[in-house]
Amino acid sequence: MNFSFSGKRIAGVLTVLPANERSFMDDMKNFDFPEEKSLKLKKVMGYDRHRIVTGDTCVSDLAVHGFRHLFDRGLVKPDELDALVVVTQSPDYFMPATSNVIQGRLNLPHDMLCMDIPQGCAGFIVGLIQAFMMLEQASINKVALVNADVLSRKVSPRDKNSFPLIGDAACITILEKADDRQPIHANLKMDGTHHEVLIIPAGGFRMPSTPQTAVMEDVGDHNYRAKDNLTMNGTAVFNFVQVEVPPMIESLLQQAALPIEQIDYFMFHQPNKFMLGKLADRMRISHARMPSNIVENFGNASGATIPTNITFNLARPLLNETLTLCMAGFGVGLTWASLVMQVGRLAFCEIIDY
Amino acid sequence: MKTVLEVLKEIRPEFDFTTSEDFIADGMLDSFDVVTLISELDRRYGISIAGTDILPENVRNLAAIQQLLLKYGIAP
Repeated sequence: MNFSFSGKRIAGVLTVLPANERSFMDDMKNFDFPEEKSLKLKKVMGYDRHRIVTGDTCVSDLAVHGFRHLFDRGLVKPDELDALVVVTQSPDYFMPATSNVIQGRLNLPHDMLCMDIPQGCAGFIVGLIQAFMMLEQASINKVALVNADVLSRKVSPRDKNSFPLIGDAACITILEKADDRQPIHANLKMDGTHHEVLIIPAGGFRMPSTPQTAVMEDVGDHNYRAKDNLTMNGTAVFNFVQVEVPPMIESLLQQAALPIEQIDYFMFHQPNKFMLGKLADRMRISHARMPSNIVENFGNASGATIPTNITFNLARPLLNETLTLCMAGFGVGLTWASLVMQVGRLAFCEIIDY
Repeated sequence: MKTVLEVLKEIRPEFDFTTSEDFIADGMLDSFDVVTLISELDRRYGISIAGTDILPENVRNLAAIQQLLLKYGIAP
């Protein structure tokens, strides 16, 4: 499915990271795995350190901290926001929506549309598409998009498939109407027949959490996790990404009539360094144009990895100039989506700690 | 195949890879071993094996790995 927009822009991006940092060397002690093998894994996959929340920190805590930072510095005015879109798979509650919780904690105006979208690794692109659709309305001039997850709370520390790469973060992206008519192109596909490839089996209404679903099980390959934990079929995800993402980008650039050389940076979701390197090689893109250092520095925080990629790697240029960015997210659902647009002269582009 | 055997031996020194026809089914290589193997083959031969070729059937045994390398112009 293709989308196109114009007259809209990204005004600023903020990443909020938990101050708590864990190292892969610490994580290794929890794995039932030879140390030498773990070190090889570290090198190939790019695992090093990751930021994860402590205690009962929730998505709304990270997001409220970020909004207060923006409001206190006058970078965003609370009464300018017409919509708040929160993309998360780790909501504060089943009900109400986390966007309503954030709106309430910040005393934002009642004349506002709050919406939660339960999306993950493709959630930044899905959220941008949703925000741009909202901005087509006369009554909506500014949208705050929050991509946030605290999924480390749902990952078994004894699961070497998932724990070393997981990260927590919240990103706030402000979208607004713009005078210039620069085109924005996006595409999106979903395949729910493989919804079990990335899943937290227990805790919803299909399989409510019980003492039994909290019991750690030996699931093979030296991994232990409970049904309450996040489960990822790494091989299936890897193959899905390698098969689906390159043609998706080719199709997007055709839609936008943009040669690949005109893209300044490919800001992709980052599951691990190996996977991204293989994508870049297949698409004949230099690794320098596809930054892949988010997992090794902060971990993979689902829909927050692309905006964190932007704040970590492109803050300086994006505050001063405009770049053409091709962004792509892929994962839970399964969902894969991409978007190409000009981004630049941002009012803010930074990372803060919580 | 000496070099490929050396790579496999470095990854899982406890197994004799000359006696198995299916490293995956026999439990000699797990998913992370496969990633390590591909990464090491890339490095040793100066190639980049495509992500779409990283499939269990392409690393199942020595003959399959040899076929995979031949696709990238490497005759080990």
